[in-house]
Amino acid sequence: MEIKSGLNKISLYRRKITNVIMLSLSFLSALLALVPLIFVFYYTISKGIDHLNLNFFTKLPTPIGEPGGGMVNAIVGTLILVGIGGAIGIPVGIMSGTYLSEFGHNKFGSLVRFLTDVLSGVPSIVVGVVAYTLVVLPMKHFSAFAGGVALAILMIPTITRTTEEMIKLVPQSYREAGLALGIPKWKTTVLIILKTAWKGIATGILLGLSRAAGETAPLLFTALGNRFWSTNVFQPMASLTVYIYEYSTAPFKDWNDQAWTAALVLILLISVLSLIFRIITRSKYKV
Amino acid sequence: MNENAELTKEYFEKRNKRTKTSAFIKKLLGNNNLGDFIFERLTLLFAMLVFLLVLFMAWEMYSHSILSIKKFGFHFLVTSVWDPFNEVFGALPIIYGTIVSSLLGLLIAVPLGIAVAVFLSEIAPGWLEKPLSFLTELLAGVPSVIYGLWGIFVLVPWLRDNVEPLLQNTFPNSPLFQGAPYGFGMLAAAVILSIMVLPIISSISRDILKSVPNTQREAAYALGATKWEVTKIVLGNAKSGLLGAIMLGLGRAIGETMAVTMVIGNRPQISASLLDPSYTMASVLANEFTEATSDLYLNALIELALVLFVITILINILARLLVWSTERKWKSNPA
Repeated sequence: MEIKSGLNKISLYRRKITNVIMLSLSFLSALLALVPLIFVFYYTISKGIDHLNLNFFTKLPTPIGEPGGGMVNAIVGTLILVGIGGAIGIPVGIMSGTYLSEFGHNKFGSLVRFLTDVLSGVPSIVVGVVAYTLVVLPMKHFSAFAGGVALAILMIPTITRTTEEMIKLVPQSYREAGLALGIPKWKTTVLIILKTAWKGIATGILLGLSRAAGETAPLLFTALGNRFWSTNVFQPMASLTVYIYEYSTAPFKDWNDQAWTAALVLILLISVLSLIFRIITRSKYKV
Repeated sequence: MNENAELTKEYFEKRNKRTKTSAFIKKLLGNNNLGDFIFERLTLLFAMLVFLLVLFMAWEMYSHSILSIKKFGFHFLVTSVWDPFNEVFGALPIIYGTIVSSLLGLLIAVPLGIAVAVFLSEIAPGWLEKPLSFLTELLAGVPSVIYGLWGIFVLVPWLRDNVEPLLQNTFPNSPLFQGAPYGFGMLAAAVILSIMVLPIISSISRDILKSVPNTQREAAYALGATKWEVTKIVLGNAKSGLLGAIMLGLGRAIGETMAVTMVIGNRPQISASLLDPSYTMASVLANEFTEATSDLYLNALIELALVLFVITILINILARLLVWSTERKWKSNPA
């Protein structure tokens, strides 16, 4: 009896020690996971701030070896590319999300839901290859439009699934109230359900847009890049991300420095976009 | 008279028909069924667009890589000479580089990611969980190219000057750490990938752990289990979902392009040493696509994209099924 309780004491002691060790390890992992985040932000800000001046936002890139210059074409290019992507991707995403939540309670709906999730796992460079065969090959030259198509395909899963989830959050009683007033279903959906869920849907759109703004791989052989000022969507167009890639892999010190600045501007651009979006969508309708 | 009767009959028939049609339209419009009909079909059209997109992508890549598929057949996947000048394309070293770099990345990211998920779901108090989850999700939102930039100028020099010499001195005879320490290579790619995949694994695992019902935890506590023992039971319950989360991370790692391209060294070779440069499918596409001068070269690259597409689709299908089945298990049958 005595021996047994002694054993129990030891094993309880051991169990408690294991408990403390494992829980602290888990806590340490959570801290460790944040280290890269701190590092990446620290370096982007500290290295990027040197070249951050008005010229960067107003001047074109200079030829190799000539210091100074800016990336105004890339900033505008990124906005145009994301704009084209949004113009195609947002309507498709909202409409298919609406289908999934309002009509998609059948086998086809589940299949679409599943494929949307799978589509979000397709590598962005593969989407770039498809945009290349779909747009660049028939047109026979690189174009911003091809880049926009690639970005649209990448946005669609995010927007579709967020729209569906947000519409589902609208209480069933809203639908019943609309129908009880004799409002047809489509009007109820568009004017009441979508309007109520708008804020949440906007968050999904924002997420899609900001991810698209940070994409590089699908633009490499669609929008290609451009060292000159261009707003023609059927010509190659510059983007911040492609510049970061080119400038960081080039063997010139001032290009490398500008890559950091471009990275900082890209992060700022994404933050500003989300801020503007938040202000626009701040409304009395809340989910 | 007879003629007249026929005319009258015709008139009434026509009128009848007209009223029937107009009544039909009126019924549709009156109840607004027509609007609903159109609206439903319209949204269905867009949903079908999403559905067809996946099939279309596969077809588009297949039809544009037919030259390479016909010429090399199965050899494309199992031979190791990738020589654009002589137009010989064997993707084995590239597929090897893709799989090994992803698995090495997971080797670091999986234990960390699941530990983070355990902390967020089982241990952290509410006030700490929200900001921590937000921060790990922020980590997922940083553009890939910025990780690559950081990799080139911070991670690679650090690995070259500190980590790789240390590894070589500690394990002088290990085949894993042979060759000159360039910094650029398999090790750098694995570290970058682990950083990028970690937030995906941790956030999905956290959702999975949270879907395990509290009754499971309470039952274990009631038997006198410590918190860690309870966590072990929760982890056991969520096994298949966690596997799904890991596979989603694997899918992401295999398709990751920019950051890997910038640090892996870009050389198609199979080498046991982690310090040697390697190549992945995505980085071949990123580097060589605009340089593809001949049709066969372009076809071979598109075939590579198709292989990458098929692999990631299969991994994602499996992963989603695992995640769905776990989350549904508790919803339909809350134990």
